[in-house]
Amino acid sequence: MSAIPGKTIAEKIFSAHSGTDAYAGDIVVADVDFVMGQDGTTPLAIRALENMGVEAVFDPAKVAVVMDHSSPSPIEGVSALHTMMREFGKKTGAKVYDVGCGVCHQLIPENGHVVPGDLMVGCDSHTCTYGAVNVFSTGVGSTDGAAAMAAGKLWFKVPDTMKVTYTGELQPGVFSKDLILALAGRIGVDGATYMALEFHGPVIDALSVDARMTISNMAIEVGAKAGLMKADAKTLAWYEGRGDRAPQPVDPDADAVYAEEIVLDASVIGPQVAKPHAVDNVSPIEEVAGTKVAQGFIGTCTNGRLEDLKVAADILRGRKVHPDVRLIIAPASKQILLDAIAAGYIQDLVEAGAVLVTPGCGPCVGTHNGVPSDGENVISTANRNFKGRMGNSNAFIYLGSPATVAASVIEGVITDPRKYFTGGEA
Amino acid sequence: MAITAKAFKYGDDINTDYIISGKYKFKSADMEAMAVHAMEDLDPHYYEKVKPAGGFLVAGKNFGMGSSREQAPLVLIHSNTKAVLAKSFARIFYRNAINTGLPVVECDTDLIADGDELSLDLESGVLKNLTQGTEIPFAPLPPVMAQLLADGGLVEHFKKHGGFAV
Repeated sequence: MSAIPGKTIAEKIFSAHSGTDAYAGDIVVADVDFVMGQDGTTPLAIRALENMGVEAVFDPAKVAVVMDHSSPSPIEGVSALHTMMREFGKKTGAKVYDVGCGVCHQLIPENGHVVPGDLMVGCDSHTCTYGAVNVFSTGVGSTDGAAAMAAGKLWFKVPDTMKVTYTGELQPGVFSKDLILALAGRIGVDGATYMALEFHGPVIDALSVDARMTISNMAIEVGAKAGLMKADAKTLAWYEGRGDRAPQPVDPDADAVYAEEIVLDASVIGPQVAKPHAVDNVSPIEEVAGTKVAQGFIGTCTNGRLEDLKVAADILRGRKVHPDVRLIIAPASKQILLDAIAAGYIQDLVEAGAVLVTPGCGPCVGTHNGVPSDGENVISTANRNFKGRMGNSNAFIYLGSPATVAASVIEGVITDPRKYFTGGEA
Repeated sequence: MAITAKAFKYGDDINTDYIISGKYKFKSADMEAMAVHAMEDLDPHYYEKVKPAGGFLVAGKNFGMGSSREQAPLVLIHSNTKAVLAKSFARIFYRNAINTGLPVVECDTDLIADGDELSLDLESGVLKNLTQGTEIPFAPLPPVMAQLLADGGLVEHFKKHGGFAV
């Protein structure tokens, strides 16, 4: 055993960005490679910058603001916030992703703004998504975001790491969403508070980059600061053609010290559903199958990617959404929308009865695009089912994979999607 | 200086959508107007109860879980919430509270009942339950956060030092 303890991915990234030999528990001031804000948080960051007396951002090429949460604007108050963001872009040179470009957490990696080995902060809690591509990315509030935009650095407590290993093999009809819901059900909504997660094992290795992002995206739902994965050949292939920054993959040391280790056997995980009103209120689908639903939603930074739309289209092709159900689709970005059009998925989905809305957050956060009615149940691919999340505190939100949502909207009740994957009905 | 006010007690895992619903946070940047909706899905009368004389928001574990919205501590400040006392806090909320100047205290809130009169002195680190005649211990803030709070939040820290001085 070496005298110097090994490091986790988080410890290595913080060491490299702070010029220190950082270990869990250390407080460091670290350089950030990128700073992002969205339309719910950027206006407060702009105000904080004004209050600080700061006129410029540290590097306009390393700052982006995205209009995705309430976009296109449904109300004059939001229109004013969007105008404020456009003016900020003009004044500082920061990149502005205007209405219809997509969800921030798709746009930032999709456009190569962050690469493996980076440290970045975003004014949105699901910034942890890019852990899937080996970026230590974490959500901060608007004032922290403003400080990072001004100084290009921020203070951090280097987190302890919980190592999560998925063994075995994913079964047909079961997806990465089910893996992360199973973890939430096991460790709870504060199971990893103040910690980073590191995901390992053959099941993660076998997933696409899209599917990995679903898992990292929900790290915050168990309280974690980041949801990190190694960069492998798939990650590097995914980055081809996405900007000119060279990935600097960071692997954990073999003797890295983990605060906790959890092993989950994916072979015995079936489709999972998080029931109202908590993400850790998770059941195997058998326990909730038959629950009536009035609305389905496929999209968000969790499950609005091309692979998600493909899974839904494959199930819905040639079938119809139940007449008592509305199905809303929000692709995670304009590029995904174009790719899904080219692949025919959009045609399949709309013919089946789906309603397509603007690339962005869709109805996830309750500002527009499909607020449920009193007493209605929604089956959604989003990451949060808090009471009132979709804009009505008298509605009930169930979370599942895109396959679970697609299967459920056909029958009008929560439905196990595995029957479409066993060579039977599909 | 000690702050004395009544405790308003709630449960575990209070998320930022409860503190301020997403449907309001996008309507404007006017925190005073938004504050009337603070905590409304859990307690529709929170604002009316706390605003006139101020109050301590007391909760269980994992207070402020969920989104990064800084509107959450801001609407609590604007509803005259003097501090949040909880068994534990979600990470982003905790940072946001310090950055915006809302005191957060990690302590055993089982020692506080709804309606108890509390006295909190952050400088000397003393929390008293005046109703029950007890003193409740709590851990001091990490030094970097104590410095930010002492400077009046992160914006004031930046104005004072021209950047990070931690």
